[in-house]
Parts: sequence; C-alpha cells; structure tokens
Amino acid sequence: MEKSRRRFLKVAGITALGVGAKPTWDVLASDSSHDASQPKVKKGDKALSAEQWAMVIDTRKFTSEEDLHPIIEACHKTHNVPDFLDEEHEDYKPANKRHEIKWIWPEEYKHAFPSLENHHVNDRVKALPFLVMCNHCENPACVKACPTKATFKRDDGIVLMDFHRCIGCRFCMAACPYGSRSFNFRDPRPYIKDRNPEFPTRMKGVVEKCNFCAERLAVGKMPACVEASNGAIAFGDLNDHESEVSKWLSENFTIRRKPGLGTGPALYYIV
Amino acid sequence: MLEIAFKGSKKYYGWILALLGVIGAAGLCYIWQFVYGLGITGMSRDVSWGFYIAQFTFLVGVAAGGVMLVLPYYLHDYKAFGKITILGEFLAVSAICMCLMFIIADLGQPMRAFNVLLHPTPKSMLFWDMIVLNGYLILNIVIGWKVLEAERNSAPPPAWIKPLIYLSIPWAFGIHTVTAWLYCGLPGRGFWLTAILAPRFLASAFAAGPAFLLLLVFLIRKITKFDAGTKAIRTLSKIITYALIANVFFFVCEVFVAMYSGIPEHMDHLTYLFFGLHGHGVLVPWMWASMILMVISIILLVNPITRNNESILALTCVLLFIGTWIDKGMGMISGGFVPSPTHHVSEYVPTCPELIITLGIWCTGFLILTILYKIVVTVKEEGMA
Repeated sequence: MEKSRRRFLKVAGITALGVGAKPTWDVLASDSSHDASQPKVKKGDKALSAEQWAMVIDTRKFTSEEDLHPIIEACHKTHNVPDFLDEEHEDYKPANKRHEIKWIWPEEYKHAFPSLENHHVNDRVKALPFLVMCNHCENPACVKACPTKATFKRDDGIVLMDFHRCIGCRFCMAACPYGSRSFNFRDPRPYIKDRNPEFPTRMKGVVEKCNFCAERLAVGKMPACVEASNGAIAFGDLNDHESEVSKWLSENFTIRRKPGLGTGPALYYIV
Repeated sequence: MLEIAFKGSKKYYGWILALLGVIGAAGLCYIWQFVYGLGITGMSRDVSWGFYIAQFTFLVGVAAGGVMLVLPYYLHDYKAFGKITILGEFLAVSAICMCLMFIIADLGQPMRAFNVLLHPTPKSMLFWDMIVLNGYLILNIVIGWKVLEAERNSAPPPAWIKPLIYLSIPWAFGIHTVTAWLYCGLPGRGFWLTAILAPRFLASAFAAGPAFLLLLVFLIRKITKFDAGTKAIRTLSKIITYALIANVFFFVCEVFVAMYSGIPEHMDHLTYLFFGLHGHGVLVPWMWASMILMVISIILLVNPITRNNESILALTCVLLFIGTWIDKGMGMISGGFVPSPTHHVSEYVPTCPELIITLGIWCTGFLILTILYKIVVTVKEEGMA
C-alpha cells in the first residue's frame, strides 16, 4: 500500500513536471514564432502600413512649453493616461509624483540629450523644451529584457505592450535608456478625467508607454501628437523615399537620443 | 525526518512563534500592497526597483556562499568541512526561498507570475535567472536531504547524489553570475554596465555567505551539543578574508575606471552614492559606513591574532555582513537608478509597509532555516549519542 502510494506520487509528480515544462521545452527546441499554421490577422481596409515607421520632430517650430501642451494633452487624452499631478483632484498628494505616468513630455536639451552635453549651446536651444517619448528603437533593449514577451516589436517597427500579459517586473523600465516607460503603481482609473472609450484603460501593476498610436494607424488615422502639432511633427515610412519623414530627413540635419548605445531610435529631431 | 522539527523545547517554539508574529504582520502589509498596488512602496517612475530587488540580489549571494563549504569538501577532500556542508546547503535553501519571495513581492501582477513559463523568452536574463534559482533550490533540497538521511541511517548516501553535488558547484557560481547579468547587460545604466559586476557579486557573496554561516555555527555550538570544530572555523575565516579582500579590490577597480576615465554616465552614480549629487545624498552616510565596516573587517581578518580569537571573529562577521549588505542591499540597486536616464535626480527611500514586508520575508527565511537546522542538529546529536 505504502509502496503503491509512493509510486503514484512519483508518476504524478513527473507528469506534472512534464506538463509544466512543455512550453519551455518547445521554445528551446525550435522557433515556433514563424510557424505557418499560426493564424494571421487581416488588416483593415483603411489601415496605414509601413516597413519602418519613423517620426521627425522639427523643434524649430516650437518656442516655449506652451506650444507643447496641446500635443501632450491630445496624446494623454486619447490613451486614457491618468493625471496624478492634478492638484484639483480630491485625493491629490505631493507624493503622487512617484506614481506619475507619461507617454510624451517635455525635457530640456541637457536632459533629452545628456550624451550630447554642451554648456555653450545657443540660447534658443537652451530654453527650448524637447518632446520626448518612446523611441521605438530598431534594437529595443526593453524587448530583450521582457521575460514574457509582453513588450514586443512589430514588423513595422512599432514597439508595443500587451497590458494583459505584463507581470509588472519592471525589467523593461530598467532596460530602457530613455526613461520612456511608466508603471501603474496604483489603479489609474480614478485619475482619468474624460475616459476615451476607444482605447483601453489600464489596471494597477502593469507597465505602459507610447505606442506610436498603433490603434489609430489601424483605422487610417495619423498619431494624435502629429495631428495636434500643426505640422511640427512628421510621421511616415522611413523606407519610402516619397514619405514626409524621408523628405524632412534628407533636407535637414537631424539628431537622435543617445546614438552611441546602438538602440537605433526611430525618432529624429531637427534642431 | 521532518517529524524531528515538531519536537522542540519551549524556547524553540517561542522563537518560531515570534517569527510567525512578524510574518503575520508582514502578511497584512502584503495584502495592503496586493490591493493598492506597489504605490505603497517608495519606488517611483525613476527608481523603479528598490528594497525588494536589492534584498533579492544580496540573498542570491548568501545562497551561493554555501559553495565555499561544498567545494573544498567534495573537490579537495577537505574533511574538516564534512560535518558542516549540510549547513551550507540548507542555508542556500532558505536564502533562495527568500529570493523567490522577494521577486514575487516585487511583481505588479503576481497572479501572472507563471507567464514566465507560459511564454518563455530565452533572450531575457530574467528567464535564465528563474531557471538557475529554481534549479539551485531543488539541487540543494535533494542533496541536503539525501545526505542527511543517509547520515541518520548510518549508511552511505545513494550513488546518484554524487553527480548532483558536482553539478551544484558550478551552479552556485551560475546563480550569482546570471543575477549580475540581469543588471550589467542594460545599455543605459552606466553604474551596472561593467564586466566586473559578476565577479564582484561573487566575491561579496563568498564573504557574506560564509560569514553568516560562521555566526550560525557559533550560535549552534552555544545552544546545542553540535560543534563544527576549530579547524573548520579557522579555514572558513581564511576563505572569508580572501573573498572580502577580493570584493574591496574589485570595487576599487570599478571606482578607478569610472573616476579616472571621467565618463559622466559611469561616474555620476558613484558621486551620488558617496558624495551626493545636485544636493541629494540620502545614501552618503550609509555608503561610507559600508566602506568603513568592510575595511575594519579586513584589518581584523588579516591579523591572525584577531582572526583566531573567536569572539572578535564573531564580531567581525557581524560587521562584514552589515557592510556587504549595505553595499549590495541598498546602494547597488537604487545607485543604478540615480541619476535617471534623463539625468534627473529622484531619490528613493523605502516606506514603512515596504520595510515590514521585507522583514517578514527575512523572517520566513529564518523560519525555514530554523526548521532545517533543527533537523540537522538533532540528527547530529543522535549520531553522537
């Protein structure tokens, strides 16, 4: 009796181990991501597509932080980004600063480009706020770090987040050299003023960031920040020579953030 | 053998009850964190890892430190360690359990933790860390248990255990190497972006782990009849000496490269930790205390008169343990996040509930350690009788 119970437990244990290890084994055994049997998602008729999406910001068209507010607001409204720093909110505390969530925000030159430090940069650039956001890198450090593929790079170059898969380990935040990622330290919903029903709100415990408006591109719209920028931001296919971004890039000298790291940002700045 | 753990003195049960009390309080704080989110901690958008991950990193070292007993005994047939390798293995078990609990405590969505198995990602270092930590845990449970069981039955351990023991030796180096690789492979974090990180982690592990073990050996000798023997204690204290010197040497190498090259991305973090940056410097007194503690420990360890005096040696182990804990358990993680990638200085200070949860996990580790060591000591005492 004792023996057979032991035997049963042994077999049950080994079986459980095998079932648990199956997905891990699969991934080590072969690359299953290019399996022909995988279902494909059909694109919408109006969907915009590209080989490599890219953005160019013409900072010459901005003079002060006031110019950036409509752009930031358009983005944050579209994507239900909570405002923990709203002093009029009934539960506002200064400590909310720690929980701040931002997809796109202004930084001074020395903060946006710390590796291009220049104390003698001209007064215009010194006073100019630079819009920063996720760079949708060609070689994204965050995607490499994520242990669940909750953050991944699409074929068109957009780096996306699966809010339902993210376990909230924040390895991607440590990996991102641009500080582009935010974590939901608490439930964000009470701090969203006007909820946009066309984009999901998030729950506590997951990471989020700019998504290059993938949900708008899918229905033929340009990113919200581009639309709100009055022509100061160009967006398009880097590999299409006729696209606006390609034209802007060929006509102007542009810089990228921390180019020495090899991450290959898809975000360019005309200074 | 587990039944041994239930037969104890009043003091034994009192200690377990005290641990359970702290664990209960921490459990309540964890429920609060589970409901509210990680916002109850001091972590922020800029410093997105804090005390939990720091404890995890330090304790991986304590776990790996056990190999400093296993390696001399099994590879060099150094018999003086034969009696106490089991202490190293079971210390590793409790330390790894704490590591895993700290990881879970740090997750924003702990209910989804198994996504790491459902969607395995070999490119992520965290995937490999999960494999090496769990592997090391299983190895040490199996090895420790089987060897102790054999000792109790006055029989040689089963033959299949030998290859597992040999495997556990490089595996111990592996757990701390992979843990260092979590940090040192990230492109934008100058403080961690250094090849010396894994060796430095190992050196501090081989000092802190055995130092803690020595303290446990002294404690066990005081409250039970089990004596590890002077020879084992003296050898272990020499191992600690070399490891601590290596740790400080590696740190000096790191400071030299960062400060002499003068590259801001590498230098600024050290400046922040030791001198403060832009008027912020909560960690400055801690970091200097850590350095002073480690230097005093080296002086007391190198001198044979102080090293061979067991009361001074015990004190040295305490100083060393605190010194390495501050270095790795406080400075190493938040130091890497300050200044931020956009060169802002946001400081991190753990909150009260965060500290209570941390304490609770340490107490859970001590509970596991108490039960395992209780079994070991009783088996050893039975053998002597």
